[in-house]
Amino acid sequence: MQRHDDLIMTEEQTHSDNTSSTPPAETGVKKSDTGQHDAPTKSERLTVGNLGVAFSGNSAIRNITMSFRDGKATAIIGPSGCGKSTLLRALNRMHDIIPTAKVTGEILLDGENVMQMDAVTVRRRIGMVFQKPNPFPTMSIFDNAVAGLRFNGITKRSLLKEVAEESLMKSALWDEVKDRLKQPAMSLSGGQQQRLCIARALAVEPEILLMDEPTSALDPIATAKIEELIHELKTSYTIVIVTHNMQQAARVSDYTAFMYMGELVETGKTRSIFTNPTKKQTEDYITGRFG
Amino acid sequence: MNNKPLLTDGMALILSYTPYYAIVTHCLSGCAGNGCTVFSQRTFIIAGQLLMSDIIAARSGTSSVRTLIGEAQSRIGDRVFYALCVLASVVILATIAGILFQLVSSSQLSIAKFGFGFLTGSTWDPVMEEYGARPFIYGTVVSSLMGLALALPLSIGIAVFLVEVAGLNVRTIASFLVETLAAIPSVVYGVWGVFVMVPFIQEKVGMPLAEKFGESIPLFAGPAVGPSLLSAAVILAIMIIPIITSITRDVMLAIPMSQREAAFALGSTKWEAIKIVIANARWGILGGIILGLGRALGETMAVTLVIGNSPYINSSILQPSYTMASVIANEFTEATSDMYLSALIEVGLVLLITTFVVNMLARFLVWSVTRRSIAGGRQ
Repeated sequence: MQRHDDLIMTEEQTHSDNTSSTPPAETGVKKSDTGQHDAPTKSERLTVGNLGVAFSGNSAIRNITMSFRDGKATAIIGPSGCGKSTLLRALNRMHDIIPTAKVTGEILLDGENVMQMDAVTVRRRIGMVFQKPNPFPTMSIFDNAVAGLRFNGITKRSLLKEVAEESLMKSALWDEVKDRLKQPAMSLSGGQQQRLCIARALAVEPEILLMDEPTSALDPIATAKIEELIHELKTSYTIVIVTHNMQQAARVSDYTAFMYMGELVETGKTRSIFTNPTKKQTEDYITGRFG
Repeated sequence: MNNKPLLTDGMALILSYTPYYAIVTHCLSGCAGNGCTVFSQRTFIIAGQLLMSDIIAARSGTSSVRTLIGEAQSRIGDRVFYALCVLASVVILATIAGILFQLVSSSQLSIAKFGFGFLTGSTWDPVMEEYGARPFIYGTVVSSLMGLALALPLSIGIAVFLVEVAGLNVRTIASFLVETLAAIPSVVYGVWGVFVMVPFIQEKVGMPLAEKFGESIPLFAGPAVGPSLLSAAVILAIMIIPIITSITRDVMLAIPMSQREAAFALGSTKWEAIKIVIANARWGILGGIILGLGRALGETMAVTLVIGNSPYINSSILQPSYTMASVIANEFTEATSDMYLSALIEVGLVLLITTFVVNMLARFLVWSVTRRSIAGGRQ
């Protein structure tokens, strides 16, 4: 079992924080020290405490306690079936739509208990991008981009147009689709569809963006585009990204959490997790000994 | 969808009565877009290629025994399967052609005498040998469309409840009950209609309507009699609800969870997510509508018992009417003269064509409505 203070991520050395260029550490460096951990600071947007999710009584994740920092990207890594996606989906109450799912523990968004908030409000503030691109096939590119706004009652055309352009630009899709906004969303390629889904999520201006393996269905070029996008987005959004791909975690995230068998094994700065893991399991996973 | 060959379209229409085929066709066209066409074209191409490669393989004869056996087996299987598929569709087409031919040739007498006037004439007088089918066409089309109008919102509501609201246990039980409705013989519906539903509609619906609006709105002109267009529409609605409901439910169940998740993740309410699912399921729902309409247009026994069988066009839905299927069922045994028989068979021909036309219009209507939303017309 894990010590609580191990789980809290630190804000140390912010000036040297450009971990985006950190190369993935493939060499199994022995854990040396863990003494850099400090108390939590104000920049934690989202914290989870003792979170557990069970499906039909079978526990999928348990005892998860961690926090996600404002303006940073946090990667959740771990082998298949370890509960990464389950954790992510708990954050914006997606488990609500599965009748057999039961969520315990607490999730705080700016100190407010997510479990007691209105689920629709939660999901507006915490957006989500899924593993497979899932644009609405009956809608045009434009309608997809502003679908979230329409859900929230915005019908003013000029505003919709403005937001559509803005969010499609943010998701680096605008140049490719600006002349064909009325065409069906399904006419786009897989990578474009995923960027459309990101644009759609950004259009409602969430504070936090959850990404569930957003590039696993994409080719390397589309993946690179989306990773670049995450880099740009994390200056203004809090990003939580689940990924199978450790290189991707190393490339895009500032913080990394490693999960195994439904439990959180270790969290910390991406650089230290990859170069200096404190737990044997983390080291084994990162060095490719299992998973 | 637009460039689907006429043949497939036509067959799907004709076969509205054959639930299994129609379901498959509509699901294919709904889910896979042009899948139907692509599939059939590919089948031809593949079949051709198989023949070619057979010849080449036989000439070269260099393959190992193992690959030869494997290939030979799969090719024979493919060809048998292909032949069976073609045979099956030919049987269907031949049946339809046969029926059409028979109807046309047997109604020659009446066609020759009345011509186009058969469709527009509203006198049906076996004694004077004067036949016009307009009241029957009116009765069939109006009762079916009214039945559909009553059944469609209910069916979609039931399907939404079954798929999106009810738990698995409730869904299973309620689905079973809804489908049991489809298994009740139509004569049972008819008898129940005569003794229970018709008096109820006359007292609780017809009379109040006729009293309040009878003077001002011709649609509700009294006096409200029991057997009427309205009674027929209600009984047809009950009969087609299970069809539309079960198809809508199946199509909605087939819509991937990711669509609902996508909606929820954008901050949609449950209702908005359901609208997304319904939009996705529109082609399947159209399939259900066409099947239901087919059933309603051709329904004979139940309608005959409750519609009043009066060959006059009346603007009021509270007055009796007559349908094409009913007049054939009622008068076929009495048709002693050749002309009378020929006229009744021509009614059958008109019924077949009406089914065609109404289904075609339903398709066009839904297509033109949904096309706009696909093309982003709301922008």
